Amino acid sequence: MRTWERLKNSYLLHSFKRDPVAILSFCVLVVLVVISILAPVITPYNTYDTATFDIMDSETPPAWMEGGSESFILGTDIQGRDLLSTMIYGLRVSLLIGVGAVLLQAVVGILVGLLSGYLGGKLDAFLMRIADIQFSIPYLIVAIFTAAIFKLAYGVGRYAELAVPLLIIIIGMSEWPKYARTVRASVLGEKNKEYVEAARVIGINRWLIMYRHVLPNTMTPVLVISTIQVAEAVMSEAALSFLGLGMPVTKPSLGSLIRSGFEYIFSGSWWITFFPGILLVILILVILLLGDWLRDVLNPKLYKG
Amino acid sequence: MFAFIIRRIIQAIIVMLVIGMVGFVIQNQMGDPVRDLVGERVTPAEREVIRDQLGLNDPIYVQYVRFVKNAVRGDLGLSFFYKKPALEVIAAKAPATIELVLVTAFILIVVSIPAGIYSAIYPKSWYSRLVMAVSTIGVAVPVFLTAIALIYLFAVELNWLPSYGRGETVNIWGWESGFFTWDGLKHLILPAVSLSSIMLPLFIRLVRAEMMEVLETEYIKFAWAKGLHRQRVWYIHAFKNTLLPVITVFGVQLGILVAFTILTETVFQWQGMGFMFLEAVERSDTTLLVAYLVVVGVIFVVVNTIVDIIYGFVNPMVRIAGTK
Repeated sequence: MRTWERLKNSYLLHSFKRDPVAILSFCVLVVLVVISILAPVITPYNTYDTATFDIMDSETPPAWMEGGSESFILGTDIQGRDLLSTMIYGLRVSLLIGVGAVLLQAVVGILVGLLSGYLGGKLDAFLMRIADIQFSIPYLIVAIFTAAIFKLAYGVGRYAELAVPLLIIIIGMSEWPKYARTVRASVLGEKNKEYVEAARVIGINRWLIMYRHVLPNTMTPVLVISTIQVAEAVMSEAALSFLGLGMPVTKPSLGSLIRSGFEYIFSGSWWITFFPGILLVILILVILLLGDWLRDVLNPKLYKG
Repeated sequence: MFAFIIRRIIQAIIVMLVIGMVGFVIQNQMGDPVRDLVGERVTPAEREVIRDQLGLNDPIYVQYVRFVKNAVRGDLGLSFFYKKPALEVIAAKAPATIELVLVTAFILIVVSIPAGIYSAIYPKSWYSRLVMAVSTIGVAVPVFLTAIALIYLFAVELNWLPSYGRGETVNIWGWESGFFTWDGLKHLILPAVSLSSIMLPLFIRLVRAEMMEVLETEYIKFAWAKGLHRQRVWYIHAFKNTLLPVITVFGVQLGILVAFTILTETVFQWQGMGFMFLEAVERSDTTLLVAYLVVVGVIFVVVNTIVDIIYGFVNPMVRIAGTK
């Protein structure tokens, strides 16, 4: 109850209610997330089950077009799967990988940032040098290379089976330096403040200080970059899948759906590419808009100025 | 300043050695140079002899040192598929990618600077609002979707522009160029436009933000007070001072463009380095893959080092910060 009261009176909610763009993006995002969680319940077809679709239905146009069928609202893809169901499952995969990758990035990055910021010294120099080296190479290149190497190492079939956890690891490990740097910067700001000093004086062990006192105060910037990072992770996953280094066509994410549709665009089957593409853009756009709003609200410079 | 340059160069060499180590490990673990040389139909005993001759039974650090030595001399091994030195294969593909990046950079400059300046001078006009709205959405559209949309519109529906390949090229001193034929230029338009679409929002925002900041400064107010013509204030006094940050960001982003060429080249089947890389993955051509890794690594490290050094010249704070 008390947390609810606190939220109700917070500046965060206040500014949220005054920002129509934020409200709209939030609603769209919630709808997308709910749809993707409930995918097995609400989709008309189970697209992972090869028995439910027929190759004879392939490339059926959307229902309102000539040759369309009532049973496939947005038409079917090249394997005869209902496009709407496939898209919802794809959205689910994209979101799962995006959120999973960001969680991994955050855990690794926060750990590295906290340790090197609070302990300092040689460890700090070493960890930050690694982060610098990786930071100087664009994350997409890192992700593409790692994916290519994993694909060669595991072979195509095995890679397709393990695609979800592997993609989470690939995308997660390609972007942790951003978290590490952000967290380290705010740890450096916090660690000489009086409350940390006080905790040190009464003799609390330093791991506990790091975890209980410093860490919670570095969470604001982490929250801000996390939203943007989810959008970026979703985009990376789509890019990798589009290159054929991500999800296989049998368990498509939005990116691999677009890839499979692209080959048929010349024969006029535009919908296989168009609808997943639009869904992907909407997903990324709402996350980015929410991230922008959150940054403006939580950034103390803008807040006071 | 001298110490700063030396420090940056040492750092660049360390990064290159690390990238080299990654490449070496990949090649060592996954590639099989004996298979690359002789194929499958050779007895194990003969293979062992070849392995000895190639030094594949040497301790691992000896092999790494040899790998680095060869790499410095420009020998990155033979491509399994092309049966040619890997570096030669990459050099043959490089012009396509370089031309694509050049045209993209040209589009970026020609579009982002006027658009950014205009929306900084007239922030309230509907045109500026449109530019800002489009660039917000533009960030959320992956490059391959832009590319597909362009292909669908201009190649499939309107049939104005070709959708894949480089078209007719002219060989000028070993450089396959698409700049000098009408056909080659037509093939360049769509890939370059889609590649520039990723960077455009960023650059328009950057130019706009810098320009708006400069327009608030004292010396611009002074220029107004002197009664200078507004064209002069905007384009000579204000614009010149927005250039420095723009050029810096441009230098760094040029490296990132190389990453995105992999995506654009795949969509347009553009016969450049990125397309070659994906083909190498499909064909398990480990040597070529590692060679590409090293080449891209060199490009990044060189660009980053040069940008840092230039920055060190311009901004003394950078070189002092590193010394502690």
